[in-house]
Amino acid sequence: MKLDTTFMIDRIPDFIQAALLTVEIAAIVIAASLLIASMYNVILYNRVPVITTLVRIHVEIARNTPLLIQLFFLYFALPSLEIKLSNYDTAIIAMTFLGAGYLTEVIRSGIDAVPAGQEESGLAIGLSRAQLFRYIIFPQALRISTPALFANFIFLLKETTVVSAIAIPEILYTTTSYIALYYKTYEMLIMMTAIYLLLFLPLSFLLSWVERRCQHGTIGT
Amino acid sequence: MTHTAASKPILKLMNVGKSFHKQVVLKNIHLTVQRGEVTVILGPSGCGKSTLLRCLNGLELIDEGSIRFNELELTPKGRQWQAVRERIGMVFQSYHLFPHMKVIDNILLGPLKVQKRSKAEALAQAEELLERIGLLDKRDSYPRELSGGQQQRIAIVRALCMNPEVMLFDEVTAALDPEMVKEVLEVMLQLAREGMTMIIVTHEMGFARAVADRIVFMDKGSIIEQGNPKSFFSEPQTDRAKRFLQQFYEIETWKGRDVI
Ligand SMILES: Nc1ncnc2c1ncn2[C@@H]1O[C@H](COP(=O)(O)OP(=O)(O)OP(=O)(O)O)[C@@H](O)[C@H]1O
Ligand SMILES: [Mg+2]
Repeated sequence: MKLDTTFMIDRIPDFIQAALLTVEIAAIVIAASLLIASMYNVILYNRVPVITTLVRIHVEIARNTPLLIQLFFLYFALPSLEIKLSNYDTAIIAMTFLGAGYLTEVIRSGIDAVPAGQEESGLAIGLSRAQLFRYIIFPQALRISTPALFANFIFLLKETTVVSAIAIPEILYTTTSYIALYYKTYEMLIMMTAIYLLLFLPLSFLLSWVERRCQHGTIGT
Repeated sequence: MTHTAASKPILKLMNVGKSFHKQVVLKNIHLTVQRGEVTVILGPSGCGKSTLLRCLNGLELIDEGSIRFNELELTPKGRQWQAVRERIGMVFQSYHLFPHMKVIDNILLGPLKVQKRSKAEALAQAEELLERIGLLDKRDSYPRELSGGQQQRIAIVRALCMNPEVMLFDEVTAALDPEMVKEVLEVMLQLAREGMTMIIVTHEMGFARAVADRIVFMDKGSIIEQGNPKSFFSEPQTDRAKRFLQQFYEIETWKGRDVI
């Protein structure tokens, strides 16, 4: 088998474009998910009635249905409710729905892992429950959860492949499009693998670095 | 300490009772604490000493009776616990410093965020307190960089920096290596000499005898004996207290120590 290297080189700019879009979607999704997950945990920590149940429902749906189904649900169901969103917005919303669900659980288990004595000594100096959460519980929970959070960021980056299903020109969609157009199957699969490796290997190293730092107490406590 | 009969008690517990689920943990507790008085609570494990202390600052809520703090009635349902906790400091067995904050930030959190005091004023007090316990050079350290004894002294300073009217100590030396016990007890003795009102739960009998104005002996959730330390240690009134003290004398004899 002979690879058409000229074709591959010509496609490099397209793949860089696709990689940038992948990273952009992941970055927006991670930031939004982190924000929502933090707010959700304020609600869970304070056991706000009714909203706590709604948060639990969101988390369970997000974690127990495939992303593709969540994506199709938004993609096909929303227009019939007269809500018109671009594919890009649909992708961001679907992935954030998933990400917020996962990150909520990660942070919540971090909160559970903060020793009970911390809450008591915070209360003993007269902190309100809100102050207790903000100054004592949440910062420690974030440190405890750091490795798990990073692992979930990488998971979310990988999940971006799913949004190719609604024609978002990220890496997988770019690959399959060129395969469909030019039948350069091997070339495009090699390009795709290479670009994913380029993205994920540094992230994996970063993750293990974070885990080591947490073990040595530099980031965690 | 001497008190005129007319002086208003700082804390007055009347008929206090507390249960966890069906288990009665405190019953019929009557206790009056005068300003400046050092009360030491003794008693076997599980008799309710910690629970009693925790009821005083609302970490546990009483089911029966009443607690009066100065002019305030500490009702379980009320929302005044935050204000009360500013005025009643508590130090725990396992220090519970905030591990993600430097020593100085541990101390300043309450004064700045709860009491809304000025940074300059609170900082000056914090540094003065640190200086007094000889740990000013640790102001920018993290708790994990300190020994247990150092952490516990910081925890005491953290409570003191709120300018509390009463300090509660729950077995604050029980988790420490023997050589660190003394440095913590010395800080507490100094506080007592300065007239701080203190309620102390401890198993250090020598210290109890030295620091206490009054010994309160508890068993199975009740106070069964109260008195000045001299008479309590030399001639306990109840059999239960006699047996309790006897155990300690025996242990101290094994250790070859002579603290009492
Ligand atoms: N949160 C709780 N829930 C249920 N039971 C509790 C709780 N806290 C304490 N108890 C029970 O109440 C009783 C008194 O406990 P407490 O901790 O006050 O005893 P203590 O005198 O401080 O003992 P020790 O000397 O071992 O510290 C014990 O039987 C204990 O098991
Ligand atoms: Mg106890």
